[in-house]
Amino acid sequence: MTDAALIERPAAAAAQARPALASRVVTAISGRLVIVIPYLWLLVFFLVPFVIVFKISLSQTAIAMPPYTPVLDLSEGLSGLWAQLGELNFDNYAWLADDPLYFNAYVSSVVIAGISTFLTLLVGYPIAYGMARAPATLRPMLLMLVILPFWTSFLIRVYAWIGILKPEGLLNQALLAVGLIDEPLVILNTHTAIFIGIVYSYLPFMILPLYANLERMDFSLIEAAQDLGCRPIGAFWKITFPLSIPGVVAGCLLVFIPAVGEFVIPDLLGGSQTLMIGRTLWNEFFANRDWPVSSAVAVILLLLLVVPIMIFQQAQARAQEQGR
Amino acid sequence: MKSLGSIRRAFAPWNDPEARPYIVFDNVTKRFGDFTAVNDLSLKIYEKEFFALLGASGCGKSTLLRMLAGFEEPTSGRITLDGQDLAGIPPYRRPVNMMFQSYALFPHMTVEQNVAFGLKQEGMPKADIDKRVGEMLRLVKLTELARRKPHQLSGGQRQRVALARSVAKRPKVLLLDEPLGALDKKLREETQFELMDLQQNLGLTFVVVTHDQEEAMTMADRIAILDKGEVMQVATPAEIYEAPGSRFVAGFVGNVNMFEGTVASRDAAGARIAARDGLTIDTENPGTAEPGNTVAFAIRPEKIRVSSRPPERADVNAVEGEIYDIAYLGDMTVYHVRLESGQVVKASALNAARVTDDPLTWNDRAWISFRPDAGVVLTR
Repeated sequence: MTDAALIERPAAAAAQARPALASRVVTAISGRLVIVIPYLWLLVFFLVPFVIVFKISLSQTAIAMPPYTPVLDLSEGLSGLWAQLGELNFDNYAWLADDPLYFNAYVSSVVIAGISTFLTLLVGYPIAYGMARAPATLRPMLLMLVILPFWTSFLIRVYAWIGILKPEGLLNQALLAVGLIDEPLVILNTHTAIFIGIVYSYLPFMILPLYANLERMDFSLIEAAQDLGCRPIGAFWKITFPLSIPGVVAGCLLVFIPAVGEFVIPDLLGGSQTLMIGRTLWNEFFANRDWPVSSAVAVILLLLLVVPIMIFQQAQARAQEQGR
Repeated sequence: MKSLGSIRRAFAPWNDPEARPYIVFDNVTKRFGDFTAVNDLSLKIYEKEFFALLGASGCGKSTLLRMLAGFEEPTSGRITLDGQDLAGIPPYRRPVNMMFQSYALFPHMTVEQNVAFGLKQEGMPKADIDKRVGEMLRLVKLTELARRKPHQLSGGQRQRVALARSVAKRPKVLLLDEPLGALDKKLREETQFELMDLQQNLGLTFVVVTHDQEEAMTMADRIAILDKGEVMQVATPAEIYEAPGSRFVAGFVGNVNMFEGTVASRDAAGARIAARDGLTIDTENPGTAEPGNTVAFAIRPEKIRVSSRPPERADVNAVEGEIYDIAYLGDMTVYHVRLESGQVVKASALNAARVTDDPLTWNDRAWISFRPDAGVVLTR
C-alpha cells in the first residue's frame, strides 16, 4: 500500500461523514422546530396577551383613552419607562380582596360550575357508554348527532331554553297538560335554569372524550370480571369506571373550565340575582369601564383554574411514572 | 382396528359405558342472525379430561366455549355441567372460569390484585385470599412480580397471570381460548407441557380452543375436530391421526396422501380398492366401505417407502412413478413422487443414516410401496 493511499483514506472517510453530519444537524433543527411552533403559538396568543392583561391589572383607572394609567410609552426614554413602571401597584388586587362581592362571585362560580360539571357527567357518561357499545356501523351517526347542535348558534340555543323554561313556556305547558303540576314551575331565572343551560351546552365536551376512552376499552375485560364472579354492576364500578377516569377527568375539565367563566348562560337563564364571575367581569368592563379591576378579576380567575390543573397534571404524571 | 388410545396414558373414561359425562352438549345450535355458528352439535366431555376443540377460524369452536362460559346462550339445545342445566345461568354464577385469548388482565390492578379478583367476588376471607394468591403465584412462578402491573410484564408472564387468575377459584372446568396463541414458538412448546402438568396437579377439567393442530395433539386427551359448526370427529390424538373418519379430518390434521378409487372386493380381513395408475390397494382398514363404493384411501407420508427397485415382498401395495421433487428437512427427507396420472404422492423417510445406499434424485424412476395396514379407507 502506498503512502498516498494511506493519506487519502481518512480524507475520504471524512468526506463521507460530512453529509451524514449535515443531515443529522438538519434533522435536529427540524425536530426542534416542530416543538418550537406550539410554544411560539402559546407565546404569541396566550403569554403576550396575558402579560398585557396583567400589566393593565396593575394600573389605575382613568378617564382617558385607553381608560387607565400609566400607558407605557417609550417617547420619554428608558428612564421615563422606569418611572411609568414605578406607578404600577397591586391596589386592584387589594380592592378585590376587600370587597366580598368578588369573593362571593368566585365561590358561587366555582360551585355552580362544579355542580353543573357533575350533572353533565351524570348525563354524559351513559350516553358515551351507549355510543361506545353501539354497533360499529351506527357509531359515526351517533357521533354526528352529538356534534350536530354546534351547527346552530350557541346564543340562539340558549335563547331557545328561555322559551322552554319560562312560566308559560313549553315545559310548563306540557306538564300542566299532562296534569303532573297544577301551577307553572318557576325554573327560569333560578340556579336550576343555569344548570340546565350548562349541562345542555357543554354535554358534547363531556361525551366526546368519554366516548374516545370507552370506545377503546377492551370489552373482554368486562367479560373476564363477570367470568370471575362479578355482577355486571360490580364489573362497571371495578373495571369500566376506574379505566375511564382519564376520560372522566378530561371531560370534566373541558366542562368545568369554561363553565366557571361562563357569562351568556347565567345572564340569559339565571336572572339578576345570580352572581357569577363572568358577569361581574362583564359589568366591571362594560358598565363601569374599569379595565384595571376587570383585568385583575381575569388574572385571579386564570390562576384559580390553572393552578389546580397544574397540580392535577403533575400528580397524574407522577402516577404514570410509577406505572399507572 | 386395534385400540390406538392405549399409547397415551390409561385415562379413557369415554370408552367406559358406565362413566357419566361431565359436560354434555345436547343438540346445541347457535345462530347469529343468518349465520349458523354451531349446528345441532352434540358432545360429551368427561371429568378431568383435557379436551381440545380444534378447527379453522369461524368453525364455531370459540362460540362453543363462550356458551359454556355463559357469554352466549344456545339458540336451541341444552348444555349441562355435572348434571346441572346451564340455561339461563349468568356467567358470574357458573362454576367455570375462562382464560381469554387476549388474557383480559385488568390493567389498573397489580398481578396480585388480578389473581385475587375472583376470590374477592366470592367473599373469601382476606387471609385465605392472600394464601391462595401466594399459592397460585408460586405455581406459575411469578411470586417476585406480584406487585407489578400487567403492562410491566412480558407476553409469557402475562399469560401466566391470566392462567393463575383463571384457576385461582378452582373452577369445575377451565376454559382456555387459544391459550398459547400470543406466544412465540419456543415459549409455546414449553408452556404446553406446563399446562399439562398444571391440569394433572390440580385435577381440573380443561376445555381448550385452538386452531393449532400440533398444540391440540400434544396436550389433549381427546380432540374434537370442528368444521362449519359441526363435529367432524371426536377421538384421541392418535386415533385422529391414524384413523381419521373423513376426508376432511385426514386433510386437516397432518399431511396425507389420498388415493381415490372404487372398492373392488371386501371380506372380513379387509378390502381391495382399485385406484388409478394401475394401483390396486389391499387394506386391512376398510372402514364401512362396501363393494362398488367410491372411496378415498388415506395414507400418511411417513408410511410410504420410496425405492429405486420394485419391492421384493408381494404382500405390499406398490406403484411406479417418477421423483418430482425432494425436500431435505434435516431429520427427514420428503420425496414427491409423480404417478402416471399426474397425482403427486408425498413420502417421507427418516434420515437415520448419514448416507443412504439407495440415493434417489430428481427425475429418477422410483417405486412407492406401503403395507396393507398402513392407511385407512374413507367413505365420507
